[in-house]
Amino acid sequence: MTAILPAKSLADRLTTLFWRKPNLLLALLITPPLLWLGVIYLGSLAALLLQSFYSIDEFSGMVVREFTLKTYGELLRPQNYDIILRTLLMSAAVTLGSAILAFPIAYYAARYAKGRWKAVFYLGIMLPLWSSYLVKVYAWKLILAKEGILTWAATQTHTNFVLDAALALPGIGGNSLSTSYIGMFLVFTYVWLPYMILPMQAALERVPTSMLEASQDLGATKAQTFRTVILPLAMPGIIAGSIFTFSLTMGDYIIPQIVGNSANFIGMAVYQLQGTAGNTPLAAAFAVIPIVIMLIYLSLAKRAGAFDAL
Amino acid sequence: MPAAVEFRSVSRHFGPTTAPIKAVDGVDLTIAEGAFFAMLGPSGSGKTTCLRLISGFESPTAGEICIFGENVSNTPPHLRNVNTVFQDYALFPHMNVRDNVAYGLMVKGMARAQRYAKAEEMLALVHLDAYGSRKPGQLSGGQRQRVALARALVNEPKVLLLDEPLGALDLKLREAMQDELKSLQKRLGITFVFVTHDQHEALSMADSLAVFNEGKIAQIGTPAEIYAQPKTRFVADFVGSSNVLPPALTQSLGGPAKWSSLRPETLHLDPAGPLQGTVTSLRYLGSGHRIAITTQGQDIAAILPTGTELPEPGQQIRLSFPANALHIMDQA
Ligand SMILES: Nc1ncnc2c1ncn2[C@@H]1O[C@H](COP(=O)(O)OP(=O)(O)O)[C@@H](O)[C@H]1O
Ligand SMILES: [Mg+2]
Repeated sequence: MTAILPAKSLADRLTTLFWRKPNLLLALLITPPLLWLGVIYLGSLAALLLQSFYSIDEFSGMVVREFTLKTYGELLRPQNYDIILRTLLMSAAVTLGSAILAFPIAYYAARYAKGRWKAVFYLGIMLPLWSSYLVKVYAWKLILAKEGILTWAATQTHTNFVLDAALALPGIGGNSLSTSYIGMFLVFTYVWLPYMILPMQAALERVPTSMLEASQDLGATKAQTFRTVILPLAMPGIIAGSIFTFSLTMGDYIIPQIVGNSANFIGMAVYQLQGTAGNTPLAAAFAVIPIVIMLIYLSLAKRAGAFDAL
Repeated sequence: MPAAVEFRSVSRHFGPTTAPIKAVDGVDLTIAEGAFFAMLGPSGSGKTTCLRLISGFESPTAGEICIFGENVSNTPPHLRNVNTVFQDYALFPHMNVRDNVAYGLMVKGMARAQRYAKAEEMLALVHLDAYGSRKPGQLSGGQRQRVALARALVNEPKVLLLDEPLGALDLKLREAMQDELKSLQKRLGITFVFVTHDQHEALSMADSLAVFNEGKIAQIGTPAEIYAQPKTRFVADFVGSSNVLPPALTQSLGGPAKWSSLRPETLHLDPAGPLQGTVTSLRYLGSGHRIAITTQGQDIAAILPTGTELPEPGQQIRLSFPANALHIMDQA
């Protein structure tokens, strides 16, 4: 009698095994990345957290490996507290600015751009990401400098008064754009904008046209449709984008060094504390702040119903 | 009294003018107030586009549309007193059922308590009283369909447009909803414009219907007229899958040299019948049998009631029909 089924090779046996036990394949595929995530990623985060509960001996400069909240207490000192507040405000401003700039772009790309224009859109968003971050920041420093192209353009078009008025604003103005908070805001917004546009566009693309038509059909004006349908449905994407812009701004230590009035930001503080000062616990405590703020932010967003559309 | 909806030589073409896609092409149409009007036709025949022309999501490239005598060419969708039950329901996923139903009232500025009361009333009408607090994602297809219906009806539209509203439901639910829609329409007296590609649905529900083919209306009339007196081969074939006979065959059966149609259920076995042919297939339908014979190179189907002695495939048989069953068509 001849066999009905052909003889099995080793590969056949293996695929049969995976077919009979689908979880085995899943386990094999997912274990390495899980290990990476669990051990290296979350593990180092835990180590960071642990560090923040140590303190530094002021005389020897050595880390004292004993549990204490003293380091967190130091964050409340006026100069540290200022750093936190400054960073928080800048991150919030950058996030808001990016969201406002990104929304029309993302909306156009999701609703209207087709074929070639869609490709142009993706290229336009991604292209700036391909060049070096440092090059972009230095380029912006030149653009914003007192002798830079912006000042020149303002002079040529006799709109210096706008620039001067902006720079005269108390607190955020300054000598020139490149040494003011306004300039820093512009650079941050420029470098993080793609991270806001892409998730927003993905969320908007998932809103079916019939949803917008249903709203109009029921008597809603464009503005009402925007407020009650488009915005809530795009909210998960906006939140995702704002997580990027917010946390990227909170952790950045290069832009505040190059642009602005050299006021300290969390990223810079961490860099200096664990580098030159050797105060790893305080650096760790500083690094925990963005995490805590993000957690608060997300729980508030959830409470406000931002994820209802998920 | 003006008609609820009137199309005057309406066309909607897409694409370049040199080679347009004629989605709707020179349609004249009058829908009486309070009618249950069906638009029937195969996929791509322009039914949805017609509906969108009424709701205002498409504008005609030629002709004009009147709703209750008023030319609506320059009226945007949100200002037309017309509501739509969308094919995919298009319920807002971030709102619960009550807010979905109250949406139309909310955008018109009605106070919360008042609009919720009305929404609950509508939900009761579609038997979903207890579901107000659920999200659309927690409902079955049939329930979603009812919510979509309630959401449209709460605005008390003058015309309700339904685009294949029962297409996604299974057979049993579909039949139940057909009855319910029909009685709802009678009770509320609202003009319904109902799009479907299912001829049974159209015939059984509509007061009058238009059969669409390639953007044009092939025939318009009552279900009985359309069924018994199809004007064209297309209508005869599409509505109730009639046998369509070429002029030569019509003549050999004693008719004029014109195309004609012959309903399968009017045929019966008769040793002296005028139609002779070879049985090619035999299919059990539940309520009877469908047999197909070939005669003069033409396939003819007949439905024989249960209890008839059935012929074998390959056998030569004869069929006859009542004299008035052969319907002569004016157009090819
Ligand atoms: N926005 C559009 N652009 C181009 N062609 C369209 C558009 N809408 C509909 N059509 C075409 O018009 C024809 C009729 O479509 P439709 O009204 O949706 O038919 P039905 O609802 O009867 O299936 C189809 O060939 C369809 O491809
Ligand atoms: Mg359609």
